[in-house]
Amino acid sequence: MGRMKAPAQHASPQPTVAVGAITTTGLRKSYGDKVVLDDVDLSIGEGEVFALLGPNGAGKTTTVHILSTLIPADGGTATILGHDVRAEADAVRGLIGVTGQFSAVDNLLTGEENLLLMGRLLHLPTAIRRSRAAELLERFDLTAAARQLPSTYSGGMTRRLDIAMTLMGRPRLIFLDEPTTGLDPRSRLTMWAEIRDLAADGVTILLTTQYLEEADQLADRVAVLDHGRVVAEGTPAELKQRIPGAHIRLQFAAAAALEAAALALPEATPEDGELALRIPHDGGIRSLRDVLTRIGDDAAVADLSIHTPDLEDVFFALTGSPDKENNQ
Amino acid sequence: MTTLTVPAQDSATMLGRELKHTQRYPLLLVGSILVPVVFLLLFVYILGGPIGHGLGPAARGSSYVDFLTPGVLMMTVAAGTSGTAISVCLDMTGGIIGRLRTMAVTRGSMLTGHVGANVLRSLVTTAVVTGVALLVGFRPHASALGWLAVVGIIAAFSFALAWLSVAIGLSAKTVAGANSLTLPLQFLLPFLSSAFVPADSMPAGVRWFSEHQPFTPVVNCLRGLLAGTPVGGTAYVALAWCAVIALAGYLWARAGFRRGTR
Repeated sequence: MGRMKAPAQHASPQPTVAVGAITTTGLRKSYGDKVVLDDVDLSIGEGEVFALLGPNGAGKTTTVHILSTLIPADGGTATILGHDVRAEADAVRGLIGVTGQFSAVDNLLTGEENLLLMGRLLHLPTAIRRSRAAELLERFDLTAAARQLPSTYSGGMTRRLDIAMTLMGRPRLIFLDEPTTGLDPRSRLTMWAEIRDLAADGVTILLTTQYLEEADQLADRVAVLDHGRVVAEGTPAELKQRIPGAHIRLQFAAAAALEAAALALPEATPEDGELALRIPHDGGIRSLRDVLTRIGDDAAVADLSIHTPDLEDVFFALTGSPDKENNQ
Repeated sequence: MTTLTVPAQDSATMLGRELKHTQRYPLLLVGSILVPVVFLLLFVYILGGPIGHGLGPAARGSSYVDFLTPGVLMMTVAAGTSGTAISVCLDMTGGIIGRLRTMAVTRGSMLTGHVGANVLRSLVTTAVVTGVALLVGFRPHASALGWLAVVGIIAAFSFALAWLSVAIGLSAKTVAGANSLTLPLQFLLPFLSSAFVPADSMPAGVRWFSEHQPFTPVVNCLRGLLAGTPVGGTAYVALAWCAVIALAGYLWARAGFRRGTR
């Protein structure tokens, strides 16, 4: 985690015609004194894969809940494919599919019955209901488990059933709230492939994630959410340019040792409130050896660590503070 | 199916789902038969002798099992509240309702499915308990019309308690909490009614409560219908109580369902 990957293969330039799939202006939401969303503006085009990146408590799920008509915003407006989420909630509901953070499958119905239930509630004719359910079971590799209860499923299977249920209505816009949280690495890769397939079908996707790598792999554009505010927005490449690169962190036991090392390493920056230096690092052995050579054998280094950029660095770069207090 | 309106279609879908749940997980259904049957047997074979003798004219000359059975039937309906409250609570905490709320599904159908299933289950459980009562000596004298009225009262009472249990299921935070909130309905109110002994045999304060609480007219009405004696105004009092409970339960449930979307 945290290591930069090449941009996702499917990532295409932004759509030339900006049909608003999701448009929000000044979206606000508070619970009591706690401000959860503070003036959020988003503009997502049709066919885009858009990631909301942020830690727990940043407001990602609240945003999804408002946009999927589950809860009202306190202020601001939000439209989905041209329909206001408050005034035309049912029109919006007919166009979207939502896969929440916690699996929303009926545990007393089999996988197939879950899909058929969705089909009934979508008022699909019987023949279409059956063919679509069979098609989705096949696509998500659940045919063998179709007649079993979800309690016998693995985490990845349950998540796939959840997404299959979302797709019964052929939504034009899909919300995926932390689709890979809690999945093992292999299931995560499978889920990424599924999300790319959806994107290839031209479906607009709004996904939320805590992982920079996931946003990087899947999204055309990313908005970084922190304390309910959008602190940065752009393509993954643009975003990464704003993050300081990898660095070596040297921890010292005494101020004198730090000062001596800082003289030897003019490019180093001291860390606030810590006896530590950060030295930009390209990830290679050569630059590591160079740093060690320059501080000399006798430097009183208490600890040395090598950092590759991760979400915390994004926050360090974008908000000027590591995101400690958010990670409850 | 195609001729049904959308709300009716959604309610039918949700009812079908709830019935399938009952079929998959029959424990709740079995429980709401077993508990009344245990009480029936307990009162008929162990406690019934002395109580029946003590009742004298209150039992109207018939045996205690004839006096008791209507009360046990009412208790059977009340026992069904637990299953509904638990199912509703499971729905709310399990995330499936969250999904349905993001779909263009008729809002009310998520609750009416539970109410409909509760009424159907009550008709099944009371039929089974009636069968057991017949085996242990219950001898009803109801006419065909009287039996229809019995089914009607049971359905109305079940409908009323179902709305109340839906509301309880919505307000409970845990499944265990949902179950314990229905305990007064399942046990306290039946015992403080004329289900097991006539109200006029109770101490003054309890007697006043018993005479004025909804379960008493319901059980008196059932008793009259099953005995084939005229029930008079009791039927109207019972139905009025059912209407009041249903309306209160419905309003409470509606408020609870909306509270889920802050």
